Parts: sequence; C-alpha cells; structure tokens
Amino acid sequence: MMASYIPLILMLAAGMFLAIVLLKLHQWLGPHRPNDEKTSTYESGMEPIRSARERFSVKYYMVAVLFILFDIEVIFLYPWAVNFRALGLFGYVEMVIFITILFIGYFYILRKGALKWD
Amino acid sequence: MDIIEPLVKIVFIFLITLTTVAYLVLVERRVSAFIQNRIGPNRVGPAGLLQPVADIVKLFLKEDIVPKAANKFVHSLAPLISLVVAMTTFAVIPFGNSIHLFGRDIKLMIADVNVGILYILALSSLGVYGITLSGWSSNNKYSLLGGLRSSAQMISYELSMGLSIIGVLMIAGTLRLDKIVESQAQGMWYFWRTPISFITFVIASFAETNRLPFDLPEAEPELVGGYHTEYSGMKFGLFFLAEYANMITASAIIVTLYLGGWQLPFVGHIGLPDLAVSLLQIAAFGVKVGLVLLFFIVIRWTIPRFRYDQLMNIGWKVMLPLALANILITGVALLW
Amino acid sequence: MTLLASLELFDIIFYFFAFVTIVSAAVVVFSRNIVHSAFSLMFTFFGVAALYVMLNADFIAVTQVLVYVGGILVLLLFGVMLTTKVISVEMKTGTLQTLPASILVAVLAGTLCGIFWITDWLTPVARNAELPATTSSGIGRALMTTYLLPFEVASVVLLVAMLGAAMIARRERKR
Repeated sequence: MMASYIPLILMLAAGMFLAIVLLKLHQWLGPHRPNDEKTSTYESGMEPIRSARERFSVKYYMVAVLFILFDIEVIFLYPWAVNFRALGLFGYVEMVIFITILFIGYFYILRKGALKWD
Repeated sequence: MDIIEPLVKIVFIFLITLTTVAYLVLVERRVSAFIQNRIGPNRVGPAGLLQPVADIVKLFLKEDIVPKAANKFVHSLAPLISLVVAMTTFAVIPFGNSIHLFGRDIKLMIADVNVGILYILALSSLGVYGITLSGWSSNNKYSLLGGLRSSAQMISYELSMGLSIIGVLMIAGTLRLDKIVESQAQGMWYFWRTPISFITFVIASFAETNRLPFDLPEAEPELVGGYHTEYSGMKFGLFFLAEYANMITASAIIVTLYLGGWQLPFVGHIGLPDLAVSLLQIAAFGVKVGLVLLFFIVIRWTIPRFRYDQLMNIGWKVMLPLALANILITGVALLW
Repeated sequence: MTLLASLELFDIIFYFFAFVTIVSAAVVVFSRNIVHSAFSLMFTFFGVAALYVMLNADFIAVTQVLVYVGGILVLLLFGVMLTTKVISVEMKTGTLQTLPASILVAVLAGTLCGIFWITDWLTPVARNAELPATTSSGIGRALMTTYLLPFEVASVVLLVAMLGAAMIARRERKR
C-alpha cells in the first residue's frame, strides 16, 4: 500500500519545485529598488494608523471551534457511509441516533446565538 | 516501483493545468466582456490569443515588493503553500480509463490511493494556510481581515462539502475515485441520483475556491485586495495561479463525483479500437470539466456578492442542515 | 520488485519523515516566536500522518490531517493571531522545578524504552503479510458492531464540547 503513496510525494515535490522556480525566476527578472514609501504598509494612500496586530472578534475563534466538532462528526460518517449497504437498517438507526444527539447541540448553539453575525 | 511513469503523468498534468489556467483567464475576460457588452482583450496576437503570454511576462518583470512591517519569511512562504496545495490536489482524480500505450496499460490517474476522496478534502483544508498566513504576515489591516474572513469561510463550507460527499459514498460504497466513476456507467450519474448532494457540493465548491458570489476574502470595495493586498509580481501571480488551478480541480471533482467522470455512454459498444475509446473518454472528461468551468465563469459575472453575515448564515444554517438531511434521505431511499 | 530494494526505500522514507517530525517538534518547543512554533507544528502533524501511512493506517493518516492540520492548528493560529500581545512578546520561561521535571522525564523515558524492549515488533516479513487492502470499511464495521457504545458516547462528548463552545459565545454577548 505504501507504494501507491510514492506518486503523491513526487507530486508534492514537483509542485514545490514549480513554485520555487517561479519565485526565483521572478527575483532574477524583476527590478529591485525598494524605498521607504514603496515598502510602507498600504492603507488607501493614508499614513498607516497603528499596526494590524490588533485584537479581533472571538467569533472567528468560535467558528474554528465549531468546525472541529462537526469535522469529527463528519469523519465518523465516512467509514459508516462506505459500509452503508452491508450495515443496513441497524447501521442507519445507529447513525440517526448519533446525528440526533449532535443536532441537539447544534440547536442549542443556534439558540444561544453563537453563529450570529451582525 | 516504477518512478518514470508517475513523473511523466505529473509533468503532463502540470502542463495541462498551467495552459488551462492561462487560457481560462483569457476566456474569463472575454466572457465577462461579452456579458457586459464590451470587447475584451483582443490586441495581443490574433483575437487576443497571446494575451496570457503577455500577462505572464508582465508578472515576471514587476518588482517584488515586501513591506517593511511584514514577516519576510512567512510572506514568501504563503503563496508557495497556496500553489503547492492547488497543484497537487489533482493527484487522485482519474482523468480517463486505463490506456494501452507503449506495450503496457497505463492507469490515467497519478496516485491510486485507498482514501481517494478524503485526500482531496485533507489537502483542501490545507488551502486555508496559504490565505491565513499571507493575511497575517503582510501586517496590513485589509490583508488580515481578508485572510481571517476567508479562513472562516473556507472551514465553514468544508463541512458542508464533506457532508454532501457522504451521499455519494453511501451509494458507491467506496472512497476510491476510480471506483466511483466506474459505478456511474451507463449514464447512472450521481447528480440525478442524489440531487441535493450535488447542489450543496457545487455551492460549497464555489465557496471553497473563493469565487463570486463567495469572494469575500477579496471583496474590493471593502478590503482593497483582501489577503493579497501586499503582494506584487509573481508572488501575486502564484495566488492567482492557485485560485484558477483550484477552480479546475473543483470542476474536475464535480465531474468525477456527479457527472460520470470520463464515462461516455455507449462509446464502448460501437466497435471502435481501444485506443480511440480511451482517447474519446479523456476528451469527454475534458469537455465536461470545460463546461463546469464555463458555469463557474458565467455565475461570477451574473450574481452579486453576498454580505459576510449572509454568507456565514448560508453556510451554517442552510447548507449544513441540508447536507445532513440529504444523508438521512439517501439512507431511506437506499434501504427502501 | 525485489524485497530488499523495496525495504531500503521504505526505510529511507521512514527515516526522512521521522526526522521531519522530530526536528519540527523541537522547533515547536524551542522557537521564541510563537507563530513559528505554530507553523512548525504543521510539519509535525504532517510527519505523523506520513508515519501512519507507513503503518498501513491510511484512514487514520487522513483523519490526522483533516482534524489536526485542518482544524486544531487553524484554531491555534487564530488564537495566536487574534491576541495582541503574544506576537511581540518574547516567550521566556524561567527554569523552575528542575529536580521534579528531570525525575518525570527519566520515568517517561524509562517507560518508553521498556515498551520498545518488550513489544513484539513486526518483522519485515510480517510487514508484507496479509494486510487489509483498505482500512476504512473495516473501521466502519468495527464502529457499528464491536465499538458501538464508545461510538455513541463520542457523540455525547462532542455534544458537551458544543455546549462549552456556546458558553464562550454567551460570555461575549453580555459584555
């Protein structure tokens, strides 16, 4: 089975090679005359006000947390889906229970407004 | 382990992808011009056919500007990650049945791995890094906001993407893409066997490739250039290339999962030589991918952009329950 | 394909990924820049995923990438990027509790070495012998039969985690 992954490694290496060649070629062909104005942070032509390293809304963090939880659920579904025909009704009922339990959590989150963007 | 065969296939795929990207950009500009009643680029070469060459030369000759405030290393690394991820996702997609050339059977996919479709999902979850890191490393407010928005959007829609695939997996009973294509023989394409799954998957693909109506990471009126505001020259070009390569891969996945892949109904029964059949199947795959790409382009120029709260609401409150409901419906239909 | 040649390639690949995993893990621990640490963790996770592939556990490898690289690391990066002070501050931790720490490390190392010693490792011959072609369907069947209860309990664990996440969001609302 290992052998079937060797082309993947090759492809990753080839992709990396392509990207590096493009970047190096660009460095070699393009001009390089930086000055203070050019390398200052772009802010619609104004002097940049403070840095971009500010605090941001916790919502983005929330999305990532919820993503992990649901992602794990999805991963549990894959091996089940592949065996769906073999498992039949029993497997279906088990999965309905699994999904229902998670859906209780989903509705709770909705009601608490964790997914509200306004 | 023969190493030459996969290498040849990789070079072949890379060349095809790069040429397609170059001409896809031209097609997109021409189609948008047509939709907006303009002419579009037609000066470089006959009918503007050399425009992509001019674009590439221009990208190479521009100065590479790295802002003082940026984190230099991550700033250069981010476009590299984006491109590598975009170029390597194609590895597990079968672009034809096996072909008999030079005295041996060559399977027309680069890596024949057991986890197939999951490899694609895993790699596309890496696409988030190129965008997040470019947004962060630029140390620019627009970039950071664009990067953040984009990563939140991509992980949200990745869920619906993963869930909508399950409908197909339940019917096909395998994760391997070549087997999934084989199970769609005789026109039993999955897009009409699990229509809800098809629709959610296509919508999620639009969001994953950051195309309009989901191109919030680079919404020009609010965020200037989004995550690549501080990129110039070929570094910007890499992001651009990655975006279009992702689009091609997304179309190829849609074709493979829902539109029968390289299957061309009845072509096996009219008594053509094997080689001709194989070539016809590759052509069928190419044409299908092309049509889906055209669909991507037409949608971009006809539908307005969502607001960010609308986008997140669709992802979490419409797509997610819909994809889950599809699993339950497919289950009932299969058991019945 | 001769057995010997394939084994050599196998070993080279194994040592390459083991090296990547350990070096990047060391960077995670020793780097002064927290973003570099988080970034290096990506390579650690990848290396581990590659090692899973070499153990013929392809489904686990993909899960490793999907959950750890695609989810948990994004969460970590968000956490790092969205906190004002963390990036500019050099991470310095004083060396405290040297004696208990070294005892703990010694015990851990001893246990690990002991396990290395006792375990009946797969010999190269066993490595090639009768392995299932695909692991995902086996995992699916096991989940639905032998490990049914843990599987359903997993959903309850996920539910509890969701409730916790909702608590974070609610605190944000009150402010």
